[in-house]
Amino acid sequence: MENNRVIEVKELTKMFGDFTAVSAITFNVKKGEIFGFLGANGAGKTTAMKMLIGISKPTAGAAKVAGFDVASQAEDIKKNIGYMSQKFALYDDLTVKENITFFGGIYGLTRARIKEKTHKLIEELGLQDLTDKLVGSLPLGWKQKIAFSVSLLHEPKIVFLDEPTGGVDPITRRQFWEMIYKSANNGTTIFVTTHYMDEAEYCDRVSIMVNGKIEALDTPKRLKEQYKAETMNDVFLKLARG
Amino acid sequence: MKTIGYIIQKEFKQIFRNKGMLPIIFIMPMVQLLILANAATFEIKNIKFAYLDNDRTPTSRALLEKFNASTYFNVLMDYASEKEANSAMLNGDVDVVLEIPPYFERDLIKEKQNELGLTINAIDGATAGVESVYVSQIVQSFNKNLRTELMQASDKINRPIQITTIPSFWYNETLNYKTFMVPGILVLLVTMITLFLSGMNIVREKEIGTLEQINVTPIQKKQFIIGKLFPFWVIGMGLLTIGLIIAKLIFDIPIVGSLALMYAYTSIYIFVVLGIGLFISNFTNTQQQAMFIAWFFMVIFILMSGLFTPIESMPQWAQFITEFNPIKYFVEVMRMVMLKGSSFADILPQMIKTLLYALVMNGLAVWSYKKTN
Amino acid sequence: MKRFRGFVIKEFYHIFRDKRSLFILFGMPVAQILLFGFAITNEINNVDIAVLDHSKDATTEEIINSISASEYFSIDQFIEREADIETVFKQGKVKAVLNIEKDFSQKLIKDGKAHVQIITDATDPNTANTIYNYVTAILQKYQQSQNESVGLPYQIVAQTRMVYNPELKSVFMFVPGVMTIILMLVSAMMTSISITREKELGTMEILLVSPLKPFQVIVGKVVPYIFLSVINAIVIVVLSIFIFKMPVEGSLFLLGLESVLFIISALALGILISSIAQTQQTAMMISLMGLMLPVILLSGFIFPISSMPFILQLISNIVPAKWFIIIIKGIMLKGVGLQYIWKETLILLAMTIFFIGLSVKKYKIRLE
Repeated sequence: MENNRVIEVKELTKMFGDFTAVSAITFNVKKGEIFGFLGANGAGKTTAMKMLIGISKPTAGAAKVAGFDVASQAEDIKKNIGYMSQKFALYDDLTVKENITFFGGIYGLTRARIKEKTHKLIEELGLQDLTDKLVGSLPLGWKQKIAFSVSLLHEPKIVFLDEPTGGVDPITRRQFWEMIYKSANNGTTIFVTTHYMDEAEYCDRVSIMVNGKIEALDTPKRLKEQYKAETMNDVFLKLARG
Repeated sequence: MKTIGYIIQKEFKQIFRNKGMLPIIFIMPMVQLLILANAATFEIKNIKFAYLDNDRTPTSRALLEKFNASTYFNVLMDYASEKEANSAMLNGDVDVVLEIPPYFERDLIKEKQNELGLTINAIDGATAGVESVYVSQIVQSFNKNLRTELMQASDKINRPIQITTIPSFWYNETLNYKTFMVPGILVLLVTMITLFLSGMNIVREKEIGTLEQINVTPIQKKQFIIGKLFPFWVIGMGLLTIGLIIAKLIFDIPIVGSLALMYAYTSIYIFVVLGIGLFISNFTNTQQQAMFIAWFFMVIFILMSGLFTPIESMPQWAQFITEFNPIKYFVEVMRMVMLKGSSFADILPQMIKTLLYALVMNGLAVWSYKKTN
Repeated sequence: MKRFRGFVIKEFYHIFRDKRSLFILFGMPVAQILLFGFAITNEINNVDIAVLDHSKDATTEEIINSISASEYFSIDQFIEREADIETVFKQGKVKAVLNIEKDFSQKLIKDGKAHVQIITDATDPNTANTIYNYVTAILQKYQQSQNESVGLPYQIVAQTRMVYNPELKSVFMFVPGVMTIILMLVSAMMTSISITREKELGTMEILLVSPLKPFQVIVGKVVPYIFLSVINAIVIVVLSIFIFKMPVEGSLFLLGLESVLFIISALALGILISSIAQTQQTAMMISLMGLMLPVILLSGFIFPISSMPFILQLISNIVPAKWFIIIIKGIMLKGVGLQYIWKETLILLAMTIFFIGLSVKKYKIRLE
């Protein structure tokens, strides 16, 4: 693995029968980066991400995550990454505390560690009154923040976030991104997919997928210059149309 | 190892928190056991019996009196015409009609042949056969007594021979169907619950999305599956225990053989069912599909278990299929151990087959669970 | 009306696109009826028995031959001692032991009577009883043939006529039952799942906000399943007729109508279940666990209702399957018309209306 690159993707392709969902994408992500993986719904972002997190086998091409090959070393990758799925997948019928304990345990944290982390998480998010409430009863914004924190329990090098802010109010979104910044500052690499173009502004670098291909890859600033656009939204519109 | 512990903990919490399901898992089966065990009986009694007495003599009345006295038959009516009798049978009011011809008494004494007419609703062929036997037993016994009376006068040397059969019903002298059915129904209930619960479990996580989250963790397939098996296994054993208590206390079912052996066998058996359920769950995408498939197998397993109809009566190819029916083995083991007191050596073949089945099914369940697609 | 039609079409799409479920909905009943029609039977065939013959003379040999010649029994082994009886039973090898007493022939000649003890493994009491009865019948036949050749006076003979099923085929008894069970379970299960699924996924609320009335929503969900079930019913009846040679003595048209009535009653029951259940899982467990055994055991499918304790006979009256089985057997095997089964038909109708009425009421309460 080259010193700084935590994710290396080369010509990664995924086909379902005749349909090409991801077409020979190539890119790299550096340690500590907040990398935005953008694209419209159905562009192939989630499919690409699934290959990187080891739950989908590539049809062609190669990729390395945290130094491990996605095709042959998927289980090793999983030890080193965190994931927040689109559905925030925490168990609705378990309490906040129980969810934390469960995922912590699955990742091999010791009892003591889990206790410590639980305490910390609850403090940071201000969940003192909610620890023993079933996750299903919490509003969306809370679920999402907890899910993010749970994905970081085992202090992974890279965290993959799939549309983490879907359906959440702007204030909560802002708060969420603050949490992301904090993690990135601690050295965690953040790989986030989203179709909210304004969130692209928050990323260090951004790639835009259109119909399975990466049509643009650069910092938001440079992309706006390149496409002569005011906002990332405009960049995207120009790309999609073009 | 610890990982499995976390999964088990989570599963238990989820099961017991599901307030809607708890009564279904625990109360419904027991209620069914209580009620339905009483239903399952092949005893043929209260046979709807009617007659057409075209003779109306002391002899014919004496014959009919025998039927009145019999516990098998419920003498309902006396019809005036064949038409009436047929209509009644079409209506389902009566199942057996005995027609005594005119001059019955006269012809009998004069030693002329005259025949009784017996009409039986044979839709249920087996029952009809038995009913026919019962009628013939009564008629023959009446015949014998009559003959003895009538023959006192004359001096016939050629005596009829009589072969009497003496029944001896071992392990269940009173032919109590409950002895047989209660454990059987208990098995069915335990099997159903464990099969359905395990069948729906993984698919449910697929549907809500938590399965994906699990697949991204470093958890191993084995750990995941074992962690899921264990709580359901405990529930199955729990149900068995409650069921056995009910069987003993309420139905007074004898438990002749070793209870420990029963438990040992059941613990392996439940793994077979769970393995099948999890295997189904891996291949389906929706809970609905999982349930349909589980149901499909369940109905086949139930009806071809030997509990309701004997396996030996099935055609060879069907008997072969039952080799793959886990319930068949359970029913056999239960009858042998609980009712006959068979030993471990006696049930060794079933034990081995079930163990093998458990290993194969659970192996398949683990193998077919893909963390990476 | 157009909205309603659009809704129904959407429901059809849902069903037909779920290939797996479709395969099961159609494939299963077919597979099951074929399987059960051939495999489920009460008749005993080649039952293994053992013989403990203390006499071993000419007469006992004749008796044993007549038993082994019968298609019902197959002599697995001869045992020599009383102690062996327990062993063979424990091993599960034979279901009965014929214990023929000593000096059989001599006793017959001298006293005119002799005994055969029929020891059966009564852990399966039904088979035990049947074995006893059949062996007795065989021995009686033998006895009679011996006596007839002697020329016995005062002989009463019964001429037996087995009606509706002269060959005593167990298929006739079971196929109607299998049909009923399959239709009932598939219909009730399908609707209850389909409706609770929408509830669970939250799309139910969307439907209710639409201009469709709750009643239309429910009926709309049920309509496709009526079609499916009717197709299932037709397939099952056709298979019964052609493969199992079930007669249809009565009117096919009446059979069709009654089947539709029963299907609707089963679907209505499914709706009722879905109105009580919160999740798909619960709905399925109730329709399967809650319905399966009661339908099999209390409908008269296998066990005669008249032999059950009185309370259960009462309970069986609320099982729609019970009434339908009577109707099917009546039409197919007895050839009756409506005049003989109007009572049962009315009951089914009343049940259906009751289920639907209750469901609509529950739905209205819940959603408003």
